[in-house]
Amino acid sequence: MTDFKPSILAFCCNWCSYAGADLAGVSRLQMPPNVHVIRVMCSASVKPEYVIKAVTQGIDGVLVLGCHIGDCHYLTGNHRTAKRIPLLQKILDEAGIDSRRIKLDWVSAAEGEKYQKVVTEFVEEIRRLGPNPLREVRF
Amino acid sequence: MQRVGVFVCHCGHNIGSVVDVEKVVEYAKQLENVAVADHNLYSCSEEGLGSIKKSIRENKLDVVVVAACTPRTHEPLFRRACEQAGVNKYLFEFVNIREHCSWIHAKEKEAATEKAKRLIAMGVAKASLLTPQKEGEASVIPVAAVIGGGIAGLTAAASLVSQGIETHVIEKEARLGGLLNNISVIGPEFVETEPLIRRLKEDLERSPQAHIHLESRIVELGGFIGNFDIKIAEGAKTTDFKVGAIIVATGGRELEPTNVYGFGKIPTVITQMELEKRLAGGAAPSSAIFIQCVECRQPGREYCSRICCNVTLKNALRIIRSNPNARVTVLHRDIMSYGTTAERLYREASESGVSFMRYGLESPPKISEKEDGASVEVFDETLNENIGISGEIVVLATPIISQEGTAETAKLLKVPADKNGFFLEAHVKLRPVEFATDGVFICGSARWPSHVTECIAQGLAAAAKAAIPIRGGKVVIEAITAEVDVERCAACGNCVLACPYEAIEMTVIDGKRCAKVNEAQCKGCGTCVAACPNDAMQQKGFTTRQLGAMIDALIKNCKEEAVE
Repeated sequence: MTDFKPSILAFCCNWCSYAGADLAGVSRLQMPPNVHVIRVMCSASVKPEYVIKAVTQGIDGVLVLGCHIGDCHYLTGNHRTAKRIPLLQKILDEAGIDSRRIKLDWVSAAEGEKYQKVVTEFVEEIRRLGPNPLREVRF
Repeated sequence: MQRVGVFVCHCGHNIGSVVDVEKVVEYAKQLENVAVADHNLYSCSEEGLGSIKKSIRENKLDVVVVAACTPRTHEPLFRRACEQAGVNKYLFEFVNIREHCSWIHAKEKEAATEKAKRLIAMGVAKASLLTPQKEGEASVIPVAAVIGGGIAGLTAAASLVSQGIETHVIEKEARLGGLLNNISVIGPEFVETEPLIRRLKEDLERSPQAHIHLESRIVELGGFIGNFDIKIAEGAKTTDFKVGAIIVATGGRELEPTNVYGFGKIPTVITQMELEKRLAGGAAPSSAIFIQCVECRQPGREYCSRICCNVTLKNALRIIRSNPNARVTVLHRDIMSYGTTAERLYREASESGVSFMRYGLESPPKISEKEDGASVEVFDETLNENIGISGEIVVLATPIISQEGTAETAKLLKVPADKNGFFLEAHVKLRPVEFATDGVFICGSARWPSHVTECIAQGLAAAAKAAIPIRGGKVVIEAITAEVDVERCAACGNCVLACPYEAIEMTVIDGKRCAKVNEAQCKGCGTCVAACPNDAMQQKGFTTRQLGAMIDALIKNCKEEAVE
């Protein structure tokens, strides 16, 4: 699978991780071109349904990036994300979907380098896992 | 069907040298709902904006998509252009193909071009579902509250009162003045603090607009910008009032050393604050040793308290000035006398015989008691050996730490504090002295250890910012708030529990129990949207259909690629 081009979705919160991704850009930090960012106001607004929709219909991986715990622009929004995503991963594992295709991490507005690292490592991980088997399935 | 216009920016070479803009434009043209696609060398220039506006009118566009840089900086500009061309500013979608594409895939031109196409497809998918929004408006109670009556808070309060704004000052101690009550002279110009505080106090006491609450603390706080309800405990009684804006000026405090350098055991080992008291009383020692960075800039408390170096320089010079023969030694890890005036202090101190000696974190000075003071053994990095010095007193420069009760204040006001307990403003550069929570402002050492001059500047800045909504009388609420689909709402109350701002309540509409969002209180985080099990809660501009369409666009794209 040398020509496998992973399709990855990332949810970034407006205040920390999206700003961190912007900083990575401003700093010209190079990374694989597989991650497509959807800007949301807070990582706590990422409905589990979005992630389920993406991974059951062929997206190879989903990143959910928020502010570090304690730094949430909306006080405690990311506390919910921190509980919700691991729970979702368990459910997906039960359903036979590899939960390694979903990754939760924290990137602050000052962490352009961390954003680069998270993206690069996640793309590598997805390459190792191979294409999402549900990619070819037509519902 | 919406008529969508897509405008792709070259941003000079920034995007154009990596992404094949013409190819992307051709791709965008065949996307569903796209009526026109074009490109500009610089979309944000007068010329670029002009051509977008012209295209909106000529092609009767309903929705505008700009693929360029980041919405975090340029969204307001393009939204304004849309408005000028008669398109509601919420019918605009930004696609980031610079920070999130060309700049980070500079060497993969083809892949970057493909990614830009996918990002634009996602943007167009969302844009096709955008709906016009009307920004809310809320009235503002023309009263302000300042929490903390130190130099920063008093400066802010006096500034507000001088602008004719009724202001409540809430001070926890029995007198105004804060830390300056114990500091008689401040650097770098050796200004006396007593007249400084007295003038501010007199200004406030004279004004019928100012209400000073001593020995007071906030017990309850609710509401939102323009309409906060505050309940304070003032001595034994409680008082309620309403304000439109709040300034936090709770300050910081000196760290009391914990069992280091013989503090508490050797009476001649004192803190900087104790030295201030002694110097104010006119008692200058014949010799003194200052130890800098005590219990800070080390594991457990990593930050630099910023002001201690200058305070030490000031006090070293005060000792030398009152007793030119005094021996003063400063043991430091680095001296940071920032700014030209403080640099002058450092030079003056060096020239008047204050000796500066560096010590390492791994070899801190050792203190032992002596009959007439204390002796200090310290490893001299230049001589590469231990040397002994003695002094009448040893002064420990400990950091400013966050005020007691910061966590409670943060919780009451729903504002964040960092791991050291200092409050976090919305953005250090773009929105200084403002909290992300509208209508709440911050100044002084509650934000970060600050000199008096900085506290005054920040106090004035916070007052100026707080006066904007109060003088304007109205605040605009960005239309990214949540709204309830009454039909779908099952009145489970999950959203009420999820909302970090208590902006949602249960109500009855036409005999049906359902949730209701208080627009003025909603900050648009969307937490309630994810908590809703019935898809009844929607965030304007980020609806589940809109984000779902973006995901669909990417799925479609990856399936097409798989087929290829």
